[in-house]
Amino acid sequence: MSNFIHVLTDNWDIIGPHFWTTIKLFLFAGIGSLVLGTLLTAMRVSPIPALRAFGTSYVLLVRNTPLTLVFALLVFAAPKLGLNIDYVPTARVALIAYTSAFVCEVLRSGINTVPVGQAEAARALGMTFTQVLGSIVLPQAFRTVVPPMMSVLNAMLKNTTIAAGFSVAEAGAIQAYLSERSENQIYVLLWVAIGFLILVLPLIFTQRMLERRWRVAR
Amino acid sequence: MKITRIAAVAAVATLALGLAACGKEGTPTPQTPAGASSGAATGDACTSSGVSLTPASGVSIAGSPTFDKIKAAGKVVVGVKFDQPNLGYKDASGKRCGFDIEIARLIASKLGIDPAKIEYKEIASANRETAIKGGEVDYYVGTYSITDKRKADVAFAGPYFIAAQDLLVRKDDTSITGSDSLKGKTVCSATGSTPIQRVRDQKLTDKIVEFKTYSECVSQLIDKKVDAVTTDDAILKGYAAQNPTLLKVVGKPFTDPATGKPYPEKYGIGLPHDDKALRDFVNASLETAESDGTWQKIYDGTLGKSGSPATAPKLEKY
Repeated sequence: MSNFIHVLTDNWDIIGPHFWTTIKLFLFAGIGSLVLGTLLTAMRVSPIPALRAFGTSYVLLVRNTPLTLVFALLVFAAPKLGLNIDYVPTARVALIAYTSAFVCEVLRSGINTVPVGQAEAARALGMTFTQVLGSIVLPQAFRTVVPPMMSVLNAMLKNTTIAAGFSVAEAGAIQAYLSERSENQIYVLLWVAIGFLILVLPLIFTQRMLERRWRVAR
Repeated sequence: MKITRIAAVAAVATLALGLAACGKEGTPTPQTPAGASSGAATGDACTSSGVSLTPASGVSIAGSPTFDKIKAAGKVVVGVKFDQPNLGYKDASGKRCGFDIEIARLIASKLGIDPAKIEYKEIASANRETAIKGGEVDYYVGTYSITDKRKADVAFAGPYFIAAQDLLVRKDDTSITGSDSLKGKTVCSATGSTPIQRVRDQKLTDKIVEFKTYSECVSQLIDKKVDAVTTDDAILKGYAAQNPTLLKVVGKPFTDPATGKPYPEKYGIGLPHDDKALRDFVNASLETAESDGTWQKIYDGTLGKSGSPATAPKLEKY
């Protein structure tokens, strides 16, 4: 048992900063993909055919591409085309591009739960498309999709570990570091798992809070 | 209404086609991480050093559970690397070659196993101790440095080679002449590896990039996303020999600031921890190979092709 504790205390200089990078990456990509995902949803329900088409194709293409491939494209293919981005921004871009496709689908399913009468009534009041979407439909849609949206974010949190393979020193790289220090691999992986468990807790609490707070509305 | 719908479908199709085309254009490139080895392999198919190995007959090693297992199975499972040209390498056609591979074959033949019957297992550096301890491999030959810490988990025969930390740079780059000229340069190595820790500890540069494999680092070096790759010179020379028009090894080993001496990386053959009988046998096999010139022939036919000579190191038996 004390060995198990020592793996954490002896290597905090590695474990701490690596998890901090994971947290930063998650916050960045989480906010980014919520914003981009909402934009994509707006495109997919917009009255302009070209926008709808773009939204649909984007989701179709990105949702069916493995995340590792998205990373590989940005890290190994982009420089060959003369595009040189640093590794941390690359990881953010890859995660946002990928996760926003899922956010879009989740949000769109929420829109489908909003009765058509809501949008019709809003239009009858003379609201523009942006107003209908922004003040009437999306707020109701967001309420419905809290649980699946949290699942998407939860999955994204774990997806951040892929960045470790592309030169971002985050939690996924801890095992490689501590193996070089010849620490017990099982203990190391257990600590990483515990770390992720701790990171998921705030998400669970946020979900509970939002579900409680927004339950009244309908 | 119908017209808008048709227009929408057309737009979707055009966009989808456009995007698909983009995707296609990019398709060959995601193979780059693997392609860095296999792509280069096209002009670099595996060739053997030409040393012929005949399996010894009537071998017996008393008190070696590993050998009993090998003998019963009629084959030997060897842990190797596959992405280190001239060291532990697998070419596009699936053939394996390199210094480490030939050492592995040498040991197999001394154990009385036909080198063609070796089952190779590609084990990543981070999983070597686990693989040896768990009996997943019978022995491991793959730039495996002998350290006291590892000796707690596994046993080592050898060393059969001594490497030093060096730098691989682009051939036209004259600004990097050694570890002291790395300030402001981006340096790449394997995630968490000792060489990159030294760069960090000695504060040689702030710009550190880490990938799982060296081939990924080399690919980034060629694409100018990093300026240097650092690790054991043996590995780097293998890449330089594979890409002599683009890459070169600086040739100035890193030194310990405290002692001024290079850090020796003593490559050993990883063996199960408690199998002393097997360890003694492998050491004796290496000793024979070093004295009868086999070692030298293997070296000259593999790593030696990169232009730098070497002689067999002294074994450290324990």
